[in-house]
Amino acid sequence: MTSISEDIDLNNDASLVIDIPDALCERDKVKFTVHTKTTLSSFQKPEYSVQRQHEDFIWLHDTIVETEEYAGLIIPPAPPKPDFEGPREKMHKLGEGESSMTKEEYAKMKQELEKTVQVHEVFLQRLSSHPMFRKDRNFQIFLEYDQDLTVRRKNAKEMFGGFFKNMVKSADEVLISGVKEVDEFFEQEKNFLLDYSSKIKDATAKAEKMTRSHKNVADDYNHISGALNNTAADNNTAFKKHLEKCAEVFEKLRKVEDRMASDQELKLTELLRYYTRDIQAAKDLLYRRARALADYENSNKALDKARLKGKDVAQAEENQKQCLQKFDKLSESGKKELTSFKARRVVAFRKNLIEMTELEIKHAKNSVSLLQGSIEILKSN
Amino acid sequence: EKQQQFENLDVQLRKLHASVESLVFNRKELSVNTASFAKSAAMLGNSEDHTALSRALSQLAEVEEKIDQLHQDQACADFYLISELLGDYVRLITAGVFDQRMKTWAKCQDAQVMLQRKREAEAKLQHANKPDKLQQAKDEIRERVFALAVKPNAGFSDLRVFFSSQKDRVKDFRVVIIKYLESLVHTQQQLIKYWEAFLPEAKAIS
Repeated sequence: MTSISEDIDLNNDASLVIDIPDALCERDKVKFTVHTKTTLSSFQKPEYSVQRQHEDFIWLHDTIVETEEYAGLIIPPAPPKPDFEGPREKMHKLGEGESSMTKEEYAKMKQELEKTVQVHEVFLQRLSSHPMFRKDRNFQIFLEYDQDLTVRRKNAKEMFGGFFKNMVKSADEVLISGVKEVDEFFEQEKNFLLDYSSKIKDATAKAEKMTRSHKNVADDYNHISGALNNTAADNNTAFKKHLEKCAEVFEKLRKVEDRMASDQELKLTELLRYYTRDIQAAKDLLYRRARALADYENSNKALDKARLKGKDVAQAEENQKQCLQKFDKLSESGKKELTSFKARRVVAFRKNLIEMTELEIKHAKNSVSLLQGSIEILKSN
Repeated sequence: EKQQQFENLDVQLRKLHASVESLVFNRKELSVNTASFAKSAAMLGNSEDHTALSRALSQLAEVEEKIDQLHQDQACADFYLISELLGDYVRLITAGVFDQRMKTWAKCQDAQVMLQRKREAEAKLQHANKPDKLQQAKDEIRERVFALAVKPNAGFSDLRVFFSSQKDRVKDFRVVIIKYLESLVHTQQQLIKYWEAFLPEAKAIS
């Protein structure tokens, strides 16, 4: 299984290799098997295989977001919750002794599983390929700890209190665009990210609608095939053979069309979805830097006031120094992060667009040969 | 029983027709959504600051626009070839079924009325004490009762004739299906062309 963001950095470093080789869809949750291979001395064993749930990934993401030390880094976006609404209902009914899933329902569940494994896997691989995140203590626990993480998660929640999460997100854009930017690099990045962010959100939504329509067409082929078979079933007219042949063609067409739609979803729609979230993570970085700048400007004002009053000057000076240090650190690391972000984005788009195109060509060629075969048979009768 | 078969065919063709109508609808939706995505991809390409990626996204938008046109054309083929054909069959069969049903029912009614009259006549003859005429009346009644049991099928020999003229219909059906499959082939071949033209553009991103 290739990951969305696989590029020159991700997972090519053999010192820490992570993948999700397996996932189980249970009644109300998905269990991921996280497999780690490492040569790093900080790990106790060279290989691990642990069971993790979606909530464990969210816990890990949140602890990283709330770590002050990482304020100057783009935090890999949290994977979205697995969406198994339809199949989950079916699985629930299965538990209550109803009949088994249809072929189509099973295929849909498999597709959803494919998508969710991909996005959870990439999240971990982003962490493992980053020089700072890979050393994170909680990341190591996530990979190593052979028990259920549920208890640790609950304790952590109480400790952190979700400070960052409670912030109103809409304040971000106002604050970022309000900053008086002296640095050319950040000025350009800010303008780019704000514009690109809305465009990619829109493209994601439109791609979603397109792939859903495509899947509907495949479903229609399925219904047509069924209806043709039903019509052929209790008919002894000369129609019968032709109807059955047609039913067969539509069934094969359905498989190809369905694969076309889901490959387009995996390569295009999922790519856009992922980068919408990643752009948001980049904007969050700009936000943190803007706050640091605001803090620094405030500390300057406070220092001036203190000097005027002749009170607490030393304290104000110290505060100003620290604010400046923090701002400089965020700016320096932010620049590096945003530059490598662009490179990563370009590589990911290239890879996925190429793969999508090659798959669409392959499926279309399959369609042509199966259709031409059927035409030959019909003509010869 | 043949009647039942005919009616089943009517129901099944209606279902088939409905599925094809759904296909036409969804393919039109797909066309609209593809066009919408194409525009959005073009905007994204404009916004992208990496030159080669920006160009590739614009090309992707152009490909999707062309594909949208393909979907529209295919939806037309879906409709004019298959949906209309099925619609014709449904109408024919409905008319045929209805027609035969009416004829058969009318014949049945007539036969019932005649039988009743003959029974009344027989009753009169019984009291009139004319043994030959009575026997004649009884024979006729027995014949009519027998005919009534058999007569409904007479209507259906007409149906059988209707159906065997279907040999031409079968030829029509086959010709139309082949035409339709050829339209699908054409669409897929165009798709191959468009994507093969786009592939080098995607590879050119650096």
